[in-house]
Amino acid sequence: MLVATQGQPVLNPAASLPAQAPAPKTQPASKLIARNINFHYGSFQALHDISLEIPTHRITAFIGPSGCGKSTFLRTMNRMNETLRNTHVDGELLLDGENLLTLDVTDVRRRVGMVFQKSNPFAKTIFDNVAYGLRVNGIRKKSIIDEAVERSLTHAALWSEVKDKLQKPASALSGGQQQRLCIARALAVEPEVLLLDEPCSALDPIATLKIEELLFQLKEMTTIVIVTHNMQQAARLADRTGFFLLGRLIELDDTRRIFQNPGKKETEDYVTGRFG
Amino acid sequence: MRHFEQELEKLKAKLLEMSALVESAIYRSVQGVVEKSEDLAQQVLRNEARVNQLEIEIDDMAISLLALQAPLAIDLRLITAAIKINNDLERMGDLSASIAQSALALMREPVIRPMIDIPHIAGLAQSMVRKALDAFVNRDAEMARSVLASDDAVDNMRTASFHELMSFMEKNPQQIPQALWLLSVIRNLERIADHATNIAEDVLFMVKGIDVRHHNEERTAVNQ
Repeated sequence: MLVATQGQPVLNPAASLPAQAPAPKTQPASKLIARNINFHYGSFQALHDISLEIPTHRITAFIGPSGCGKSTFLRTMNRMNETLRNTHVDGELLLDGENLLTLDVTDVRRRVGMVFQKSNPFAKTIFDNVAYGLRVNGIRKKSIIDEAVERSLTHAALWSEVKDKLQKPASALSGGQQQRLCIARALAVEPEVLLLDEPCSALDPIATLKIEELLFQLKEMTTIVIVTHNMQQAARLADRTGFFLLGRLIELDDTRRIFQNPGKKETEDYVTGRFG
Repeated sequence: MRHFEQELEKLKAKLLEMSALVESAIYRSVQGVVEKSEDLAQQVLRNEARVNQLEIEIDDMAISLLALQAPLAIDLRLITAAIKINNDLERMGDLSASIAQSALALMREPVIRPMIDIPHIAGLAQSMVRKALDAFVNRDAEMARSVLASDDAVDNMRTASFHELMSFMEKNPQQIPQALWLLSVIRNLERIADHATNIAEDVLFMVKGIDVRHHNEERTAVNQ
């Protein structure tokens, strides 16, 4: 540490530094670490030995052709696959160091929220959709729920559009608004990780842009993993991008590298459309 | 072949048409000086408009591809390299025209013997241009590197020629005009070699994704 004490100037600051001090790494800590994840639907192995790290407060995108395993892997991260019969997962998925595959599933899903391709608001009012997760988690106090609903809708960039019609049915909203409502619903329980499976595939470009801008804001609060078929979306949004093919993770690297100069031939073929 | 790949091929073909024109302009302009051929020098000046036209067409094609196809990875690097190579080729065309102008001016003057090192410098600069463009066509990183290695040789030859011409001017003040035209030719050949070096650097970026400009060899790969 360099301290220039009074009347004793440091004459040669370099002398007190170790020679060729390594540049400090600014790589954020990993929120999620997958180790050797294998997943089977019955006898079909959908994921082969997936090991990767998801950095905290960053957006990680998974790309790859249909059936490559990217959505299966995403669903594994909040144990959504367990709702399917005859599936089997092995390996470790560490959420802040704890294997989430062995934690209480309700607790996992509160900490790791999910938004799906098709917006799926409940047949309830806008307000009740967002309040749902809080009530399931036993919160009853109106002031807390009111505050959380407003905060979540604000974070989902929807508050100004719905604040005067909170008691209207969610189905009255447009497609883009419904998807943002689903994001608000996921945010209400303050998840540590937000998983999004093709969240914009049914939306027009303007609604898509709103969601993308929203995700930029949200990464300050949470860690985001998004599956997308839209490579430009991954390129615009993600800090890190992983390419899946035939149930394997081919490459996961900084997004700029994946789209400018990928390390693997398979990735290059896919992002340039020479695949298959 | 996909539509996009066909468009990329068209872009490359256009760039090769331009590079053939520019290579021939360099050759003819130098021959104009060395052989005092007015015909060759005039051809260079006549073809310059076509080079300028191609520059505009290539930029237009490349920008359309960027806007409409959102290319990625090797395709993105190819198109950005094409835009820059296009710019270098057009400059080389301008420099050849300058050399052709010098050739026309020198026609009226008695020959300075020996003709300094112009054929030598021109030969090296032309070989750099040829190799840089071959490296582009064949995506050949090794050949591109060989161009970079030649740049210093051209610079050294230019410096040596400058000194030679300066002492010539001191001894032969009545022939200063010829010497100044030759100085300009050498300077333009050296600039052509610089543009060939730029092209070789763009080829390395295109093929390997590495940026070696300004002797920045330690920056190995994009984002690494």
